[in-house]
Amino acid sequence: MACFLVPAAEAVVTTIAAKAMKSKEANPETVKIQLDGAELVEAEKIPFSRKLSWLNKLLWGGSVLLAFEHVWHGEVAPWFPFLTAASNSADVAEMLHEMSTVGITMAVLVTAVWAGMLAVSSMIEKRAKKALPDES
Amino acid sequence: MTLLTTVFAAVICTVIWYRGAPKSEMKVGVLCWMYWGASLMWLADAIFEYAKLHAEYFTPAPADMLNDFYLGLSVVALGLVIWLIILLVKDPKGVVKAALFRRKN
Repeated sequence: MACFLVPAAEAVVTTIAAKAMKSKEANPETVKIQLDGAELVEAEKIPFSRKLSWLNKLLWGGSVLLAFEHVWHGEVAPWFPFLTAASNSADVAEMLHEMSTVGITMAVLVTAVWAGMLAVSSMIEKRAKKALPDES
Repeated sequence: MTLLTTVFAAVICTVIWYRGAPKSEMKVGVLCWMYWGASLMWLADAIFEYAKLHAEYFTPAPADMLNDFYLGLSVVALGLVIWLIILLVKDPKGVVKAALFRRKN
């Protein structure tokens, strides 16, 4: 009914957080790494704000497409109050229940997948550093 | 069916992105994020539907399936339109800029 509003709200928060973080971030860490073969190149580790933007993109992208699905099913209308369920109290209760169950699960699932991506990317970064030939 | 259509779109876009990486001239990454985000959200929706309907979830009525597939295709089309707008506005290859300005001899 309006489950996409929960991940959309999370997207607003994470977008603001990413912007705030980006402005405060110091120079990124530079490492020597083999990016595509034998040659060692100097590369910058991507900052956390960039990784947070992955979550933003997942949340915004998903929310926009889900909002379209809600328009398709007549649950979102282009006139006030925009959510058709908001017109009577019984539907409002059902909508809030759906937001607190399906909506929260959506936000948690997307965030959990992003956390998994962080773990994998950190593993890849560590492995790439380990794979460097001894400079001594 | 909507979930399945979006997952297929996400997988195809990710393969195309990987083939073109690390260059991102066509900004295919935008499509990947959008489709994967929607797929995950519909997966959460599908889990709740399955909890309610159990095995019946996997045997939808043909009319419902067709409507869901139609919705899935429409979602993919909307994603493509959003991607195209982002691509033309960001113009990573400078094509739009080149079309708007002519070199002075």
